[in-house]
Amino acid sequence: MKKCSKVIHSRIVSPCNGSGKCRVSRVKFMARVVFKHAFHLNLKGNLWDCVAAMKAAVLIQRWYRRYIARLEMRRRYTWNIFQSIEYAGEQDQLQLSSFFSFMLDNFTQLNGNGPDLISQLLDPLVDPWLDRETCYNQIHVPESYTGPRLSFPLSVSDTSALLSAFKEQQTLHARYALQLLYETKKLLKQMPNIIHLSTSYIKDITICGDLHGRLDDLLLIFYKNGLPSADTPYVFNGDFVDRGKKSMEVVILLFAYLLLYPDSMHLNRGNHEDHIMNLRYGFTKEVMQKYKTHGHEMLKLFQDIFSLLPVATVIDGKILIVHGGISDQTDLDFLSSIERHKVKSALRFPRHSVGQLDIGQSCRQAKRTRSTDASRPSSSRSQSKNQGTPSLRNRRCGLSRKDSAASNSSSSSSSSSSSLCSPRTPSCLSPRPCPSSPGMPYTINVLQVPFLDSLSSVPAPSPAQHEREWKQIVDILWSDPKTQEGCSPNTFRGGGCYFGPDVTQRLLLRHGLQLLIRSHECKQEGYELCHGGQVITIFSASNYYEEGSNRGAYVKLGRELVPRFYQYQVSRSTRKLTLTQRVRAAEGSALRALKEKLFAHRCELMAGFLQCDQNNTGSVSVSEWAQVLESVLRLDLPWRTLRPHLTRLAPDGSVDYPSCFEDMGPGNPLPQVAPNLAETLFRYRTDIEIIFNIIDKDHSGLISAEEFRHTWRLFSAHLGVDINDRAIDDLARSIDFNKDGSIDFTEFLEAFRVVHKLDSKDQHLSGKMDGEKC
Amino acid sequence: MAGRKQSADVHQKIRAAFDAFDYEANSTVDVREIGTIIYSLGCFPSQKDLHDFIAKVEEDHTGYIHLDKFLPAMTKVLQEHKFPPISEDLLLQAFEALDKEKKDYLDPEELTKYMTQEGEPFTQEEMEEMLTALADHRNQIHYKDVVSQMTIKPDK
Repeated sequence: MKKCSKVIHSRIVSPCNGSGKCRVSRVKFMARVVFKHAFHLNLKGNLWDCVAAMKAAVLIQRWYRRYIARLEMRRRYTWNIFQSIEYAGEQDQLQLSSFFSFMLDNFTQLNGNGPDLISQLLDPLVDPWLDRETCYNQIHVPESYTGPRLSFPLSVSDTSALLSAFKEQQTLHARYALQLLYETKKLLKQMPNIIHLSTSYIKDITICGDLHGRLDDLLLIFYKNGLPSADTPYVFNGDFVDRGKKSMEVVILLFAYLLLYPDSMHLNRGNHEDHIMNLRYGFTKEVMQKYKTHGHEMLKLFQDIFSLLPVATVIDGKILIVHGGISDQTDLDFLSSIERHKVKSALRFPRHSVGQLDIGQSCRQAKRTRSTDASRPSSSRSQSKNQGTPSLRNRRCGLSRKDSAASNSSSSSSSSSSSLCSPRTPSCLSPRPCPSSPGMPYTINVLQVPFLDSLSSVPAPSPAQHEREWKQIVDILWSDPKTQEGCSPNTFRGGGCYFGPDVTQRLLLRHGLQLLIRSHECKQEGYELCHGGQVITIFSASNYYEEGSNRGAYVKLGRELVPRFYQYQVSRSTRKLTLTQRVRAAEGSALRALKEKLFAHRCELMAGFLQCDQNNTGSVSVSEWAQVLESVLRLDLPWRTLRPHLTRLAPDGSVDYPSCFEDMGPGNPLPQVAPNLAETLFRYRTDIEIIFNIIDKDHSGLISAEEFRHTWRLFSAHLGVDINDRAIDDLARSIDFNKDGSIDFTEFLEAFRVVHKLDSKDQHLSGKMDGEKC
Repeated sequence: MAGRKQSADVHQKIRAAFDAFDYEANSTVDVREIGTIIYSLGCFPSQKDLHDFIAKVEEDHTGYIHLDKFLPAMTKVLQEHKFPPISEDLLLQAFEALDKEKKDYLDPEELTKYMTQEGEPFTQEEMEEMLTALADHRNQIHYKDVVSQMTIKPDK
């Protein structure tokens, strides 16, 4: 201990004898007493300054740490909001997927004149046009095109050209894009399901997680870590597309490097490498917007390419890399043996191609008699040859019997039976737990198989080979780790499993592995360890939810196989945002999204509130309010804490629940629509838009009133929304503005975009929702 | 009667804050989150205060804290106003005490010196964050403005 300054001691106590035991305690005591006054009297002098400074510092530190902790709390809530909404959206998507499938299947029947986008999207097996790989040569590239002109086989100058072009917002011409895709498909066909890598010849392998169309993040990784090359090997662990605006550019770069360095560039499939997910989450739209003429063909190719991507990578036989995770059924040997390309989408439940067996039929038991009226057994299948290629038809089971009849008969019969054709019964709207989630699509054991004009019961077959295969892949792509032991269906997402540390342990042991690296979940720091360090989550899209929401990261492994993490954050603004600003921005964004959710469930919520508020006073207690929200929205969020942002309090401290909805309104004036229909439209607007876009083959923005009616009927029936034909007819008529039998669905849907009134520049909001009786 | 309702409210508040960090819904939180939870309940403990508190409630060095222990300890803290808030005035005076030259602002170097050498020192990361947050375009910390901006109103 150093000698105290003489000055101090000479003022207060005896001179310091250097023993270290000077009367510091007494000094401290006196200092404390005087300090209080010093603060107020602002006395100067060494002693006071020293002690005051120390105390001041402690105070400021305490205060600041608390401030930061509070910010952290808000950031945490904001995160929860984004994540909950994201996963709930994915759940919705999965629920609707069966509808999409059915829609896509049956739409060809409605118009049934030859192959079109729909059948191309669905059954890629036989299509003579697309197998002619030289078709891209026919595409003319104008002189005015200044973008990259790739030459195959690719060289470094091609990839450099692509990098420069994309940095300058250029689009690669369709002719080259198509060739790139064909070459990629050819290459991927040769690859096994599981890629085995070794670190013996290279220094380090870099593993990146989800990119989701964020070109900036990919470029930042290349900048920090180096471009892919023989010396710089990479593994990209899936989810290259969807959500971000530059999915096309990201995937072109990844494929280009794959072609250039097939031994050092490795791509794993993610759950978004799936054409049905792409319909909903933006990739399909992006492709069609950037490539108006050839987009169809590209999407077709992407469907194949995605299903041909390897599903796993193993390094040195010790480190397993998959996109989602594992389940207790995961078996890497089995996984190596299956035909991975058969699983085109996690959301297309596998069907038997054998005879008349169709598990989906079991759900139609109730209306069986009616459907047999309109249908005939297998003989009718061969009669449907005129609709698309025969092999397509034969693969469609069950439904196709009715389909052939549906093409001629009125739409009503097919719609009524079709509403039961989805694997799940449409009566429940709630997102969880969904019995037809990809994890467990089949729940019934007895099939009613039509034979001639009657039915016979047959016992259901045990899960067929390709269902096992499908589940293996879906588990790999969709599962999430959790802290509790065991393996349970991932109801949060609606697909894959939650796997506990014991499941991880067992799998690693069984295959002699030491580490599992996966992605699939956004992490604030870009990466996270769990299961005692046996699982690493790596996520490479920074600012995923909002500017400043999270960092991105990649992990590097050297020969010693010890992971090293590298983080980064792409910032759109050049000025560095403070934590406060970032949290505020993210919070604002999350709250907006949450409010939209509230608005889209308005009727249900109001019904719930009114149940608690029998006297219609307009207020309920905070607990009741939180309870209603929790049960209707099924989002696990800290409602009480969020309450101040979502609603007002009445003077007596209870919640003024109508104030939940006052900030929001419809986009355009609403057409005359029944309330429950309106709500459905608000909730599923994006999905309905996708469906209409599918129907609108020539991208005119119009569909026929008949198509609209049919679609709407199917959709409502599927969701269990009680709607009668009359209401649909009225609706169709009311939005057929020109009375010419065609509907501008973009305009129609605009009314169902939720608008935040406070930031709406459009003052023509007429017809508030309050006018409708819920 | 009023006392009971009050403590019920207090319990409710504590539970809500706790739940936000109870990721597995099994009434435990990671010990490293305790500071954040306590802060969010309106308290201003020092690092030492936190260490002492944790020592009392941690489950035998498992790294977890169970609600059963947290709830009574935290209730006591709140009812006894153990870690009282720092008022804006006091904070301002603290800054003024550091501003030797009475120029109404602090230079980053000054602030850094105090924050990283005195009291319960900041880590480098904490310091960088604070400077980013508080320094204006002239690279000065005008603490009078800063204090009013950064005092968070308590949740209703």
